[in-house]
Amino acid sequence: MSHATLTPKNRSSLRGATLPKWFPWAVAAGSAAAGLGISTVAGLHSSIQWALIAAVLFVAGSFGISSRVEGRRQAKDRVATSLVWVAFILAVIPLASLVWETVKRGVEVLDGYFLTHSMGVVGDAEPGGGIYHAILGTLEQVGLATLFSVPIGVLTAIYLVEYGRGRLAKAVTFFVDVMTGIPSIVAGLFILSLWVLILEMGPSGVAGSFALCILMIPVVVRSTEEMLKLVPNELREASLALGVPKWRTILKVVLPTSVGGIITGVMLAIARITGETAPVLLLVWGTDFINANPFKDPQESLPMYIYLQYNAGSDPAHDRAWAAALTLIAFIMILNLVARGIARWKAPKTGR
Amino acid sequence: MAKRIDVSGLNAYYGSFLAIEDISMTVEPRSVTAFIGPSGCGKSTFLRTLNRMHEVTPGGRVEGKVMLDDENLYGAGIDPVAVRREVGMVFQRPNPFPTMSVYDNVAAGLRLNGKYKKSELDDIVEKSLKGANLWNEVKDRLNKPGSGLSGGQQQRLCIARAIAVEPNVLLMDEPCSALDPISTLAIEDLIGELKERFTIVIVTHNMQQAARVSDRTAFFNLAAVGQPGKLIEIDDTERIFSNPSVQATEDYISGRFG
Ligand SMILES: Nc1ncnc2c1ncn2[C@@H]1O[C@H](COP(=O)(O)OP(=O)(O)OP(=O)(O)O)[C@@H](O)[C@H]1O
Ligand SMILES: [Mg+2]
Repeated sequence: MSHATLTPKNRSSLRGATLPKWFPWAVAAGSAAAGLGISTVAGLHSSIQWALIAAVLFVAGSFGISSRVEGRRQAKDRVATSLVWVAFILAVIPLASLVWETVKRGVEVLDGYFLTHSMGVVGDAEPGGGIYHAILGTLEQVGLATLFSVPIGVLTAIYLVEYGRGRLAKAVTFFVDVMTGIPSIVAGLFILSLWVLILEMGPSGVAGSFALCILMIPVVVRSTEEMLKLVPNELREASLALGVPKWRTILKVVLPTSVGGIITGVMLAIARITGETAPVLLLVWGTDFINANPFKDPQESLPMYIYLQYNAGSDPAHDRAWAAALTLIAFIMILNLVARGIARWKAPKTGR
Repeated sequence: MAKRIDVSGLNAYYGSFLAIEDISMTVEPRSVTAFIGPSGCGKSTFLRTLNRMHEVTPGGRVEGKVMLDDENLYGAGIDPVAVRREVGMVFQRPNPFPTMSVYDNVAAGLRLNGKYKKSELDDIVEKSLKGANLWNEVKDRLNKPGSGLSGGQQQRLCIARAIAVEPNVLLMDEPCSALDPISTLAIEDLIGELKERFTIVIVTHNMQQAARVSDRTAFFNLAAVGQPGKLIEIDDTERIFSNPSVQATEDYISGRFG
């Protein structure tokens, strides 16, 4: 191995000139400065304007310099890389600012008291009160919906992947697709007409759970289906060839292999329905008091609490709405983390 | 335990496609029968009709008779699950269950079929792993995942899994095609030992392997692509490789086509 530096004249055909590692950073710094300078001179005030100028300068600059030094292929590679970064940043900015805003405004009143008290004796315009009743309601409604949806959804998916042939399977797939597209307000109205108008039952948590089921089942079916399809056929055949009946093969080989993915799918479905407001508004009505019984009388839920508090308009109510929003986001994030943990824990092991 | 297989007039379809046509042969108990023939002639298809795995494929359909001693596998009231307990199978690609340890993989067939005492299972697992020449390599890592073994070890694990349920017949579809020469030799030796207890059918593309391990050899061929595969002849391995009665067999074995 020779350590001779490469001069353009006697360049090995396998090695091209490469710009140093710090090159993109230097160009970024340069174009940011240039963007700022141009904006100041031209009298532009918006930070979006100078950022745009800087971004264009960055892409053009790195393409120009890189195509001079490294050649066109590497230059294109750098442009593609920077476009990917831009897309990434564009996607992250709204998310980050949403989380930042919610955290900033939510922590003001979020404390132990807030989490353990209801709004029973607190007026909308007064400070104080809490979301205990809303957390309780959300947990019970979502828990019941999960309890109903997961068996139905998983069994439907097993039917579709393992047994479904012909017309019935096609029809089921079609209806699952249709269900995926049902707006939550329509699901709420459907249960409303069934539960309240036909069966003449009053508002209750469980009525809301039924509407949430309509939203949750198709998501569970779809994600479980995908996970079951990922299980290689060879495993099913290996089990069948041992003389294991089909239902046992599904139970002991197919499901354990895919359980991580199925649980992740269920958790994501839970996260999706936890934020639903419309069906709760129609069927659970909401209340300021603690109602631990999901089968009788109105209950509160987190999304509805946020909605009602924000509508109340007073400053303390706004603070409470933000704190509840922060609680809701934290709850969903924890669910997601748990889902990831389970997926990793249950993934087929390959280590020695 | 080994049983005789007697096939007569067997056709197998994929949907409307006739993959193998009118196959009749006898597989002797306690012997090794090798299937050879060009790719696509229906060796795997035929093998899978012998333990009713063919019908697992969507559209798979079988006509004809397969007698296992005096019972027709395709007779009325025969339970395919029971058939597969009698006729075990090893696949071309090693396919241990990824969620299970080495121990659980071997015990899978028994566990999934009923209750066994822990001590009984321990004995069977050890015996099967010894039977598959794998015991010494894995006895210290029985509780590690089965998919962490090497390819050759995985294949022997699959053989151990198949013999743990004590079938009468063992079908092997190109069991060595993904293995190195040393693992291949280990499995060939194993086949020699296993034939004391089982009836063995092995599909192979390796002529030397067929010549080394088998007592009888069946040659399959197909007239053209899209035509059904047929059994050309079956005879003692020595005769097939020295003096076959059909010209096509000699051509195939000596590498003049196929
Ligand atoms: N699942 C399937 N669906 C439809 N046709 C199939 C299927 N599996 C196999 N066939 C067809 O059946 C014929 C026989 O295939 P088979 O796999 O039995 O051949 P083979 O002799 O085992 O070949 P190879 O030596 O390459 O393994 C081929 O024409 C093949 O295309
Ligand atoms: Mg084959």
